[in-house]
Amino acid sequence: MRLETFEMLDRVTERDEARLVATMRVPDESPVFEGHFPGFPILPGVLMVECMAQAGGWLIVARLGFARMAVLAKVGEAKLRGMVKPGATLTATAELLHDGSGYAVLRGTLAEGGARVAEAELTLRTLPFPSPALEAALRARAAQLGLLP
Amino acid sequence: MAAYDKIAEIIAETANVPREKITPEAHVINDLGIDSLDFLDIVFAIDKAFGVKVPVEAWTEQVNSGKAPAEQFFVMKNLAQRIEELAAAKG
Repeated sequence: MRLETFEMLDRVTERDEARLVATMRVPDESPVFEGHFPGFPILPGVLMVECMAQAGGWLIVARLGFARMAVLAKVGEAKLRGMVKPGATLTATAELLHDGSGYAVLRGTLAEGGARVAEAELTLRTLPFPSPALEAALRARAAQLGLLP
Repeated sequence: MAAYDKIAEIIAETANVPREKITPEAHVINDLGIDSLDFLDIVFAIDKAFGVKVPVEAWTEQVNSGKAPAEQFFVMKNLAQRIEELAAAKG
């Protein structure tokens, strides 16, 4: 996990047509923690949501054979149940609830150990890659995550 | 027309549009002031309510390429007709 570049996931560990699981380790140090909060570093709630959204995004992109990209359009029913500290190992799970035309709705969960720390219903739009360069960059990132060979 | 009434109800609830403003001749986007995110929510609700996958992307492509007028899909009475056709095709 690299907070400054929004690279939230470290590794995709499971995937089928309707579900993706990824793991990540929160860094021990980051400029983000300098402000959030001084002397009391915790992962911002919006970044917990981002972890789930990225798991969902990769699930959708993989389902579409890397022909399109996915962007977050809506966060519903979000619950941030626990605080996540530097060094924590997290597991994000995205489950497909509905595959629409140009969009998908997913249930995202984020857990530390056996404890659920966040959950949300996420709506993602799908769209063509705006440039070959971005498509190549996303494919390279997918390979890092173990999603592509 | 059962589909029409159901769709009108979905639009009224999802996008907070007064029910009386939703008429058979109303264009969902142009006349009802529905933005793209509300439209996404409406499509999701229609997909769920009728058990279909509204082909919004295919419709949009037909409109953008000049193969079909927008009214064919996005005027309320026609939208209801398209949804009924989708639901019937599903069996």
